[in-house]
Amino acid sequence: MQIFTAPNYNFIRWRWHTLALSLLVIVAGAATMVSRGGLPLGIDFSGGTIVVVKFDQTVTEDQVRRAVTGLAGEVGVQQYGAPEDGEWLVRLPQTQVVEQGASLEQGSQQIVQSLQKAGLPSFEVLSTEIVGPVIGADLQQRGIYATLASLIAITLYIAIRFRFSFAVGAIAATFHDIFVTLAFLTFFGYELSLNVVAAILAITGYSVNDTIVVFDRVRENLRSMRRDALDQVVNTSVNQTLARTVITAGTTFLAVLSLYLFGGEVLQGFAFTMLIGIVSGTYSTVFIASAIAILLSQRRRAVTAATAAPSRPDARPGRKTRGARAS
Amino acid sequence: MNKNLRWRVLTIVAVIALSIWAFYPPAEKVNLGLDLKGGVHLIMRVQTDAALRIETETTVERLGEALTRAGVQYSKLEVSGPTEFIVEGIQNDQAFRQAAIEPDTIFSRSPGAGRYTYTMRPLIATQLREEAVTQALQTIERRVNELGVVEPIVARHGAANQILVQLPGVTDVQRAKEIIRSTALLELKIVEQGPFPSQEAAMQAVGNTVPPDQEIVPGSEDVASTGGGTPTTVYYLVRRAAPLTGRDLRNARPSMDENTLPAVGFSLNQDGAQRFGQLTEQNVGRQLAIILDNRVVSAPVIQSRITDEGQITGSFTQQEAQDLSLVLRSGALPAPMDFLEERTVGPSLGAESIRAGVTAAVSGLLLVVLFMLFYYKLAGFNALTSIAINLFILLGMMAYLGATMTLPGFAGFILTIGMGVDSNVLIFERIKEELGTAKGVRAAVNAGFDRVWWTIVDTHVASLIGALLLLNFGTGPIRGFAITLIIGLASNVFTAVFVSRTIFELLLSRRTPLQTLSI
Repeated sequence: MQIFTAPNYNFIRWRWHTLALSLLVIVAGAATMVSRGGLPLGIDFSGGTIVVVKFDQTVTEDQVRRAVTGLAGEVGVQQYGAPEDGEWLVRLPQTQVVEQGASLEQGSQQIVQSLQKAGLPSFEVLSTEIVGPVIGADLQQRGIYATLASLIAITLYIAIRFRFSFAVGAIAATFHDIFVTLAFLTFFGYELSLNVVAAILAITGYSVNDTIVVFDRVRENLRSMRRDALDQVVNTSVNQTLARTVITAGTTFLAVLSLYLFGGEVLQGFAFTMLIGIVSGTYSTVFIASAIAILLSQRRRAVTAATAAPSRPDARPGRKTRGARAS
Repeated sequence: MNKNLRWRVLTIVAVIALSIWAFYPPAEKVNLGLDLKGGVHLIMRVQTDAALRIETETTVERLGEALTRAGVQYSKLEVSGPTEFIVEGIQNDQAFRQAAIEPDTIFSRSPGAGRYTYTMRPLIATQLREEAVTQALQTIERRVNELGVVEPIVARHGAANQILVQLPGVTDVQRAKEIIRSTALLELKIVEQGPFPSQEAAMQAVGNTVPPDQEIVPGSEDVASTGGGTPTTVYYLVRRAAPLTGRDLRNARPSMDENTLPAVGFSLNQDGAQRFGQLTEQNVGRQLAIILDNRVVSAPVIQSRITDEGQITGSFTQQEAQDLSLVLRSGALPAPMDFLEERTVGPSLGAESIRAGVTAAVSGLLLVVLFMLFYYKLAGFNALTSIAINLFILLGMMAYLGATMTLPGFAGFILTIGMGVDSNVLIFERIKEELGTAKGVRAAVNAGFDRVWWTIVDTHVASLIGALLLLNFGTGPIRGFAITLIIGLASNVFTAVFVSRTIFELLLSRRTPLQTLSI
């Protein structure tokens, strides 16, 4: 069985259109982000208090909200998990308390007390999370460093194994994926939590992984397609690896989709980020990485390209027919 | 089966057997993280400045005594910072220097005459800070062990003065927290005046300016004087410096006071006993405040010289007396602690998360396997075998390394399943392509594996770089994610290249050469 039979799509021709589309998404995401005053940070980074409680009878959001309105700062109330579970998340922003002794946990105690006083059905505290400003700032910094360090390390690796213009292409594609993912997180109102950052780092790996497969093929084809222009070589390579790109994206997507559907509330943000990242990573592999690699590559081989301009990619020996047995 | 092939099959069987042996039975061998098991995760910061201040205050107190003994006149001697104190208005400089030999080992004295600033030597300050954190760490470790928590984690964390504590499966979270957080900073200080019913009253008694060497400390009213009523808060004016602290304790245990109420008895070490003897001898008839975490627990009147035994009375319950002697025995924390982060997961949420994680993993696995079987037919079994062996190796390695499985760990595992088949797909697609060149099945399989080898190396190294940095960046759960990802990547190379190739070779080694490949 084959998804594509001898695919020969001219991806490179569409590079300007796709670059424009990506830019549009990223700019729209950035604009939304700015208009909302930045990407909302989860308590891992902003600090604050979260208490998750489970009522033994169903309560309405209004009831919970009314119970905690007296608390200082902007109190967030959110359904946690499926409505029938009766689980609610109450969030307090970072207050300016001095982080001394017990004062850090005042927030969570206040939440529990005001819920108890409000005459709601009895409840059980499922979890509490209290993050002080020191840890928040620390994690923020480490998140940024880790992302940058992994990008630099991967760039170096690709630059050593391939060539510099490829490394730039791969990293541009990765940045593209990070920005597109952030844009979609903004559109859907997710906040940046530790798990989401982990997902973004995982996407970095996935995206580069995907891109390297194509570049590896380009490197191999550069040896056998000496007379073709780089655009042509790249386009052929993208086509040759297309089936693999789509299948891998498909299986990974399926796996993460089950995580999104069944992984529970805790992993929701993580799984959503991964889903977007996989789609974006596949798209950028096909359209962004190679386009940028070509743009930057000095080895244009324009002269030979002129003579071989109309050449078909499958003119290469050994690629006449595919699949001895297309099962 | 040729020799080479037999050796390969044996290796695979050995790896599987070793892995299963490592994680069997999984309920015991695979550690579950806090998010799955329930428990408390705390990050605390040792206030090292406070530890240094205690050192400085003690030095000042002893210097004051030494100067009085030597008859040296001075107008002012006070602590001006955690690592600094000043002496002013010294009449006889020669005599002062002779009397003030002791601080010189720890502090450096500013030049001049009649007026000095003492600053703690930076090397010693650093050393004391380090000691404070180490001591806090050991103290917490002892307390956690006495609590009987299974597989707790007490470790330094991030910045130099932070400590991470994880207590899996703790049910009485509140009590555990109380015991850990209780600095159990025991200080014995001489009462200057008091008790006063309010802070204002205490202030009035000293003309609204507390002398620099004194401070106001709140405390509970003596139980005996309330006659069984609820003790109210009273205020004592005490000397700032503590001649004795919890550091001088040798032991502490629950006991009874003269009214057979729960109390805590303590004994002092040699050095402490000597100083306690001196202190009590000089202050017979005065009150001695027993201060625990900046609150006066009791303030008995010193009847006579006491050396090495003492008792702390107060309105304790049996449990409180027990917990207090536990924390005193395990040593006081050298300094108070700030709580920077606290995450508590109830056991029911943990169970819910395990269910969610397992459901997601199983359904993800099924979806991928079904797809592979559908798309690659018989070769899909190759992928299936790879995934299964991946699973064994992953669990085996997790158990062997003692790594903890967290919910993000499940996510890493599921991601590994998804990405794991990537190598299979790469190879299969290449074999399909090579089959078209009509060089025969064997040549196609060989070419497929050989050509793709470096691609697999490159992709895995790049992913590994990302995962390693994630491991470095992450805390708790995120590290779980990174660890599963790293192990998954490693076992993936083994299964997708070594195992998968062996299966193909087994097929090809049959006597009748294969004409077609179900792929």
